[in-house]
Amino acid sequence: MAAFIIRRLLQSVLVLGFMSLLVFVGVYAIGNPVDILISPQADQADMARAIAALGLDQPLWQQYLIFLKQALSGDLGRSFAYSIPAIQLILERIPATLELALTATGIAVLLGIPLGLWAGLAPDSWPGKLIMTGSILGFSLPTFWVGLMLIMLFAVELGWLPSGGRGPTTELFGIPVSFLSWEGIRHLILPAVNLALFKLALIIRLARAGTREALLQDYVKFARAKGLSEARVVCVHVAKNIMIPIVTVIGLEFGSVIAFAVVTESIFAWPGMGKLLIDSINVLDRPVIVAYLMVIVSLFILINLAVDIIYSLLDPRVRIGEAKT
Amino acid sequence: MTEPALRVEDLRTHFHARQGIVKAVEDVSFSVAPGKILGLVGESGSGKSVTGFSIIGLVDPPGRVVAGRILLGGRNLLGLAPEEMRRIRGNRIAMIFQDPMMTLNPVLRIDTQMIEAVQAHADVGRATARERARNALARVGIASPDERLLAYPHQFSGGMRQRVAIAIALLNKPELIIADEPTTALDVTIQGQILFEMQKLARESGTALIWITHDLSVIAGLADEISVMYAGRIVEQGSVDQVLDAPLHPYTQGLIASVPSRNRRGEPLQQIPGMTPSLLDPAPGCAFRERCARADSTCADDPPMSSPVAGRQVRCFHPLTA
Repeated sequence: MAAFIIRRLLQSVLVLGFMSLLVFVGVYAIGNPVDILISPQADQADMARAIAALGLDQPLWQQYLIFLKQALSGDLGRSFAYSIPAIQLILERIPATLELALTATGIAVLLGIPLGLWAGLAPDSWPGKLIMTGSILGFSLPTFWVGLMLIMLFAVELGWLPSGGRGPTTELFGIPVSFLSWEGIRHLILPAVNLALFKLALIIRLARAGTREALLQDYVKFARAKGLSEARVVCVHVAKNIMIPIVTVIGLEFGSVIAFAVVTESIFAWPGMGKLLIDSINVLDRPVIVAYLMVIVSLFILINLAVDIIYSLLDPRVRIGEAKT
Repeated sequence: MTEPALRVEDLRTHFHARQGIVKAVEDVSFSVAPGKILGLVGESGSGKSVTGFSIIGLVDPPGRVVAGRILLGGRNLLGLAPEEMRRIRGNRIAMIFQDPMMTLNPVLRIDTQMIEAVQAHADVGRATARERARNALARVGIASPDERLLAYPHQFSGGMRQRVAIAIALLNKPELIIADEPTTALDVTIQGQILFEMQKLARESGTALIWITHDLSVIAGLADEISVMYAGRIVEQGSVDQVLDAPLHPYTQGLIASVPSRNRRGEPLQQIPGMTPSLLDPAPGCAFRERCARADSTCADDPPMSSPVAGRQVRCFHPLTA
């Protein structure tokens, strides 16, 4: 197991290196940030000074090497717009995004698996059909539209929940979080539900398909022939088998929830990384964009590693590093 | 004569499909005495497996037992509440399935799968349940059972897995074990070992055994009684020696002739012409008449069960009596 993790981490370094090159070149191609940063009245000399100050006068490969050298010592550059280290800017925003993503994933898992099991066990009953119809809606309605509708209904018409922002936060181990105060939770509900909807539909469909398949297997029939209660058959024999694909997808989707919370964060003015990225792209704040993408890549790598480890715990046949007897 | 462990009377199991009613089991009656082995023989689709699942109450929808009685120790199992039936399954009636690669849950350890089977029926602690599981594994000839309890199914070979399945069936000392072709997926030497052990276990513990198979050579060495099924009905019943030595029904004779034998080396193998008829809304009359050399116009009626020879039963107008 330890050898597996070390090998994976070494592979991750290669992936990070390759990604950094790709991102750096890609961002370079977008445009010249000096055009936006500098005031329109500035003369040629001012412009040259600014370019030199930002290090943009050097050739691309040299800029990349400087970036790489500094990155290895933990410095991903200084934001052009805010003049503070980009990584600090992102780390400040990470708790908000993580809390939103974790809540959304939690909602999707805690609702999705039971609903999917139910729909799989009773596919012809009206609740089963209702769940599946609902999941089609979850899939097909665009996130931004659902977000707007949620605001219309719960914030504007009913006035139950705030329409945006993060509200007050409470410190937990020095990290600002929302879920510890009622006011914070009220701010969290709408964006989290909005972000969860698509994943919820996905998990319902996965759980249902897995259940339908597992129910046909001999081991389920054999479990029944042993005289096990229906609850034990479903909650142990079926559930543990359907968890394997679900964990994989949850892992992959958790990464994308973080990376693409952009839409939800923009609609609900949620002060997370996604909103920071959009703002940074607007002003071509290169170091922040690069740092953001590097952080996201690292997160994806870590999540995938965690998924592989959980996967091996769930399925003894892929248990890592275990000698076959 | 001792009270039979199981008596099935006029069992009918039908599948209500969209195209019509499939009469998978029609009018099936038999009984098994404690410690005896009944061989239920037939081709694929003859209704032998459905008969087994009907007894244990696990016929898949749209199938349903529509008539008959299944008496376990004198008590009719049909009409029992689901919870009462659950208490009987795995406790008084156990079942072993055909494919040992599929019957054990791949993601649960052997001890989990055995302990839950004990605890489903007996109010005992984990330690006691584990002890029983260990003993059951030892009884079916699994070496170092304590270690094997901690293994997962994929760490076992097919034959070992079937032994585990048999051990699970034996856990609660059932009165009846239904074995649905449990050796078909195994190679011949393993098959021989399992047959031998099952026979021994049935004799020793007084468990009645219903052995469902299409393989007459297995039945010949194993069973006491034999019931031959064709198209959902039992066409011939009797002791194994009598039925295999002197079959009364033309179908039984055809089955026996199609088994390769040392005595007829070099001769072309016989086969029964034609195909098994569809069970979907079957026409009245003997289901075998289309394939039978002895059929005539009387066979257009349903043949009743008759007993041309003492102690034997056959469903044919023209039995092969000498």
